[in-house]
Amino acid sequence: MKAAFCSKFSLIVIVAAAAGLLGGCATSGNPKDPIEGFNRAMFGFNEGLDKVIIKPVATGYETVLPQPIQTGIANFFSNIADLMIGVNNLLQGKPAQAASDAGRVLVNTTVGFLGLIDVASSMGMEKHVEDVGQTFGRWGMTDGAYVVLPFFGPRTARDTIGLAFDVYTDPVGHVDHIPTRNVLLVTRVISDRAELLKADKIIEEAALDKYSYVRDAYLQRRRSLIHDGNPPREQDGSAELENDNTKVAEAGEPAQPSPAQTAMRQ
Amino acid sequence: MKYFALLLAGASLLLPVGAQAQETAPDALVKNVTTEVLEIIRSDKDIKAGNTQRVIDLIEKKVLPHFNFQRMTALAVGKDWRQASPAQQKALTDEFRDLLVRTYSNALTAYKNETVEYRPFKMQPGDTDVTVRTQIHQPGARQPIALDYSLEKQPQGWKVYDVVVAGVSLVTNYRSSFATEIRNGGIDGLIKTLKAKNTSLEASNRK
Repeated sequence: MKAAFCSKFSLIVIVAAAAGLLGGCATSGNPKDPIEGFNRAMFGFNEGLDKVIIKPVATGYETVLPQPIQTGIANFFSNIADLMIGVNNLLQGKPAQAASDAGRVLVNTTVGFLGLIDVASSMGMEKHVEDVGQTFGRWGMTDGAYVVLPFFGPRTARDTIGLAFDVYTDPVGHVDHIPTRNVLLVTRVISDRAELLKADKIIEEAALDKYSYVRDAYLQRRRSLIHDGNPPREQDGSAELENDNTKVAEAGEPAQPSPAQTAMRQ
Repeated sequence: MKYFALLLAGASLLLPVGAQAQETAPDALVKNVTTEVLEIIRSDKDIKAGNTQRVIDLIEKKVLPHFNFQRMTALAVGKDWRQASPAQQKALTDEFRDLLVRTYSNALTAYKNETVEYRPFKMQPGDTDVTVRTQIHQPGARQPIALDYSLEKQPQGWKVYDVVVAGVSLVTNYRSSFATEIRNGGIDGLIKTLKAKNTSLEASNRK
């Protein structure tokens, strides 16, 4: 089991390193995406994998299983995830949220039949979205280059490191009975994917270039998550008005790299 | 903040006029329009049968008067907007509006059975730029999707200039692909690309 983790961990490190080496080639000049050539190739690989295996299975899953069962499965994994979400909230200096997350796990594991029913949400304990990448962001680490990882998809340099910790601390990965663990891991991927099926067509139709649409959406989404849904406006660039004739800001680019950003590049 | 208000004032000069005057509060406006449109989408027989054009017509009639597409397009185009001639700006706005309406229609149709929760709304008297926050609760999903509307006050009432889904602005998300198109083919290149995109979407919906 440990070996599986090590290999996953090292895969991420290797990809991050490879991404770093490839920096400088094939780019259309987006400062947040210095390794666009590599990323586009990886994006294509992930899209292919999704099209051939993951999406068809998720579609089948969604068609065959009654909605309440799908909800139960999604809730089950959501409850497990709440554990580390609570830890991350604590690390981010949000003890009230962390306590609420712990309360959610307690209530949902007991009254909610091992997490199958999300009783806590109906009791007003809100579900949060946190991970180690966000915790790093909260601590002031800038996101670094955008990277598309095989299987895992879009990340930033910071979120790639965060992901390594997320994978390592994932309770599902620590299930000792290997066949059970594998079934759980696969089911979770499918359940997660099934939730996104409706969004597929919308993205497909909305995007002029799916790659950059997904990239920019990911970067915006992460920024929003780090600030718990209220990102500061002035650094965003979306608030600055372009029909103004005196000053125009570049899309969300900080004027100077911060020390943390410089450190990440080394 | 002061500077931002100044920018807003500058922007308001460029806005289209003509819509009827109304002074509905921004949160009430979002709620009324959402409720009305969702009710129609849920009950209309043609829409239930998959008639996309009917949804688009509905959006055009009920939703569009409350959107400021010129502002949206300017935000999406970014710094190149200034270089566009008035005719190009109009063409860009028209094409981008078509694309956004289509996206929005699709989203509404796909998520029509979800419940919308309106988050508490706070506004100071004299505010001219506000965000109305809603949450979409999906039956099978673990967490609701945040759907926020940015509105600005206009002489003709409050107008939406951005829609933010789960922290992602539907408008500024186009910025980098628009910039690439403009770099490769100029403003006219972007207009052409948008036109082609809309035409192909229309064709696939007709099938």
